[in-house]
Amino acid sequence: MNIIISFILVLISAIALIPFLGVKWKGIVVYSVIVINVILSCYFAVHSLFGQNYDFLFSGSIITGLIHIRIDALSAWFILILNFIFLTGGFYGLFYMKSYKSQQKKLTLHSIAFILLYGALISVCVIQNSIAFLIAWEILALSAFLTIIFEYEKIATIQAGINYLIQSHISIVFLMVGFVWVAYKTGSYDFSAITQYASSNNGNAAIVLFLCFFVSFAIKAGLVPFHTWLPYAHPAAPSHISGIMSGVIIKIGIFGILRMLLVIKPDFTTIGYIILFISLISGLYGVMLAIIQHNLKKLLAYHSIENIGIIGMGIGIGCIGLGSGNQIIATLGFAGALLHTLNHALFKSVLFYTAGNVYLATHTLNIDQLGGLIKKMPQTAILFLISAIAICGIPPFNGFISEFLIYSGLYYWLKEAMLFSSITVIITVLGLVMIGGMAMLCFTKAFGIIFLGNARQAFKHEIKEVPFIQLAPLYIITLLIIAIGLFPKVFLNLLSNPVSLFTNLNNRAILPFHEKAFNVIQPITWAMWGFILLIVVLYIVRKIAISKRTAVIQPTWGCAYVAPTSKLQYTASSFVKSYSKIFGMFFLMNSKKENNVHGIFPVKAHLETHPYDKLEKWVIDNPIRLYKTFMGRFLFLQNGKLQFYLIYGIIFIVLVICVPLFYEKICLLIDFFKRL
Amino acid sequence: MLSIILILIAAFFFTGVIIRTKSIASGRKGPGIFQPIKDVVRLFKKGAVYSETTSFIFQIAPTIYLASVVMAMLVVPFGNSKGIISFNGDFIFFAYVLALGKFFSIISAMDTGSSFEGMGASREALYSMFAEPAFFVLMGSLALLTGHTSFQEIFQDLHLGSYISYALTTLATFVLVMIAMIENSRMPIDDPKTHLELTMVHEVMILDNSGFDLGLILTTGYLKFAIYGALIVNLFIGSFDYQYAIPIFFTIQFMMAVSIGLIESFMARFRMNHNAQFIVVLTSVSLLIFFGVLLMLGKFI
Repeated sequence: MNIIISFILVLISAIALIPFLGVKWKGIVVYSVIVINVILSCYFAVHSLFGQNYDFLFSGSIITGLIHIRIDALSAWFILILNFIFLTGGFYGLFYMKSYKSQQKKLTLHSIAFILLYGALISVCVIQNSIAFLIAWEILALSAFLTIIFEYEKIATIQAGINYLIQSHISIVFLMVGFVWVAYKTGSYDFSAITQYASSNNGNAAIVLFLCFFVSFAIKAGLVPFHTWLPYAHPAAPSHISGIMSGVIIKIGIFGILRMLLVIKPDFTTIGYIILFISLISGLYGVMLAIIQHNLKKLLAYHSIENIGIIGMGIGIGCIGLGSGNQIIATLGFAGALLHTLNHALFKSVLFYTAGNVYLATHTLNIDQLGGLIKKMPQTAILFLISAIAICGIPPFNGFISEFLIYSGLYYWLKEAMLFSSITVIITVLGLVMIGGMAMLCFTKAFGIIFLGNARQAFKHEIKEVPFIQLAPLYIITLLIIAIGLFPKVFLNLLSNPVSLFTNLNNRAILPFHEKAFNVIQPITWAMWGFILLIVVLYIVRKIAISKRTAVIQPTWGCAYVAPTSKLQYTASSFVKSYSKIFGMFFLMNSKKENNVHGIFPVKAHLETHPYDKLEKWVIDNPIRLYKTFMGRFLFLQNGKLQFYLIYGIIFIVLVICVPLFYEKICLLIDFFKRL
Repeated sequence: MLSIILILIAAFFFTGVIIRTKSIASGRKGPGIFQPIKDVVRLFKKGAVYSETTSFIFQIAPTIYLASVVMAMLVVPFGNSKGIISFNGDFIFFAYVLALGKFFSIISAMDTGSSFEGMGASREALYSMFAEPAFFVLMGSLALLTGHTSFQEIFQDLHLGSYISYALTTLATFVLVMIAMIENSRMPIDDPKTHLELTMVHEVMILDNSGFDLGLILTTGYLKFAIYGALIVNLFIGSFDYQYAIPIFFTIQFMMAVSIGLIESFMARFRMNHNAQFIVVLTSVSLLIFFGVLLMLGKFI
């Protein structure tokens, strides 16, 4: 209890203190607040990850009733992930923001929003009371908005921010509908009331209630078709915020979905199929659009959608396993999903931070303008490469472990599947494999174009590596990426309590986590070790063998063309040209052409292409356009004349007063008409 | 363990047999069967030329490429004897380890900053993206049929009984052969002997590799062929004893090499822009296998 109060007090006092500090001290205070609170929250989280639940009751107010705070294994897992990401991301942010240190006012707001963001995220993980949850959720949305719009003088940034703000409020509306529905029926705002309500009613009510929450959390998580805010918000935010946003803010949506599964306990089979379907679409759609992006951060943002899809697939498989009472499938599904949540938080934050480094060095994120950075920024390049391999799910890094768990879940499911479910499995496997292949296409493109080859554009300023201390958090995260790949068993053991929360839902024979499905982890560990050993041995052999041979440095072989320029290199667009020809029907490519090239002596021509999200057009743009045309019919009301506006006011007041007065008369009148 | 020795022996002859078949088919005298091995040995002794554009990626990529294929080789079983590494879902590991090698070969091609190599890299990435689903669906159907999820158990339980299972095995063989052709950039997809860089896939990616590294890449190619050959053999030998299984292994590997030689002698390469469609067809063939398996297990109600 005291710890929680001190957690809140530290936050509030820091927020009160920050406006009065100098720029340097602001950073120090923000970071030390994060560190203190990380230590405080880790105290609970570590204990409850090993099976000890904490329950606290705060008196709250008349409106909310008792506020129940509960830290169980699931919240512990998410708290630990977000603590780690905030520790590393905050540290990176300290240095990233150095170049903005003249903008004192903006930094004050940013620091306060950053602390609030952290506090809100932790609270969302533990609060078990609807109204308090909504308040925390709102603080989360607002503080995330404030951190995104740091560079609000840029139009694109403020647009992205407002887009995010509106969509997160749509998410809040759905949450409110769900909470109010339950509160209306049961009269209580506690989460246990939701459980009671769902179990006392028939299955359909529980499913609809769950879907209500699901839509809300899916907007936060960025599942297709609720993803449209995400590709705008990530590039607009400063890099450390993009990393944190992709690492934990969208994961809080996943947390919400998992929490609601535990609270509502809907019909798991139906829900499982729904989640699996939406996640499959998200995964495929996210990566499909990621490939064609030219803006590095936007590319990474679409990849977040893809990875949320993979996590969702794990949840879906887990639910279906629960529904059919198969503990192994359920364990594999949920373990895969939870581990991938951690994995994605790790490699995606490294990718965003390296993107930040590239931006700091070159002041551009347009992939086609970059090139050859590996020689200028070798450390950033290696960090990017490792995360890129990990995000493709390729061994020996962490992405492979979680994807392997999900694959295993699928193939286990296949063994006992009937017609419909076996077709579902095969389609999901197909989807997952395609996602892997496309991720590889995407990241070979990103790495190859940005870091390899020759520079495609000369920059006026010198391009240099960021200082080592700024890279330090990236190295720490990368170490964890490698560690999960090489010691998967350790991390799976940590997951045993969060996963058993789900597998125990069935109240069937409670099986321990060490199932025969997990015996495979040991040989995989050996295989990973062996693989690394093999690479090292082969490399040493090669080194010894070529030590006596001559090595000559020559220009790249240009197939007999002797005057190559860096403009002859393959660009990002040409690298994915054959891909975008095939998959072009799924997205729109707007191209602007000026002065077509023709004739023997063509004049200067210009071509621009902008990939455009087709779903965004259907889900967001077209409805808004229709709404606008509809509302445009009433535009005559807004004619800019004060007299008219006064009349509207008077009419409104008269109506407000008269309608209750003449209510009965009106009723009589309507009755009269009815009789007629 | 046995599988590794056999694969190594097969890799020794495989490409030589292809080249010999091609030379006989075209009426040339042609080089001997061991010429590819001699080529590699010669390359190992040579010095190298590195492009000034390249970075350390270019230096480590061939090693990782070879390591990934060797690692994949360790997973492949031979009839009753397991591969050195064998666990439930090892075929997932097999495919993903190969993917690491591909990742590095693609970025090492990008590392040279040459437009030709970029072209090859782009095609390689696209084709492997399309080829992988076929493999996964195929293995999924076999897993469904046998109820196991590791290479060795799947192949051990794969009995040929009814007509439909013969049909399925034929289709599976077709899919595996075609995947092998795609992975090794052979004829219907890619012409290793073409003269024009614009129409190459794999060859154009390694334009700048020379000396020891090129030797490593060629060795990797030979190994890859033998590995896919071994997978195909495994479809047939089931639980035969070794005195039958080993001769069958070499016969099938030999037949595969000869047929590849014949295909390359008498067939033209597909049009580059239709390759993607062709590779997707493989996935639908493996879906056909999947539905066949469902039919066999009586899951169509």
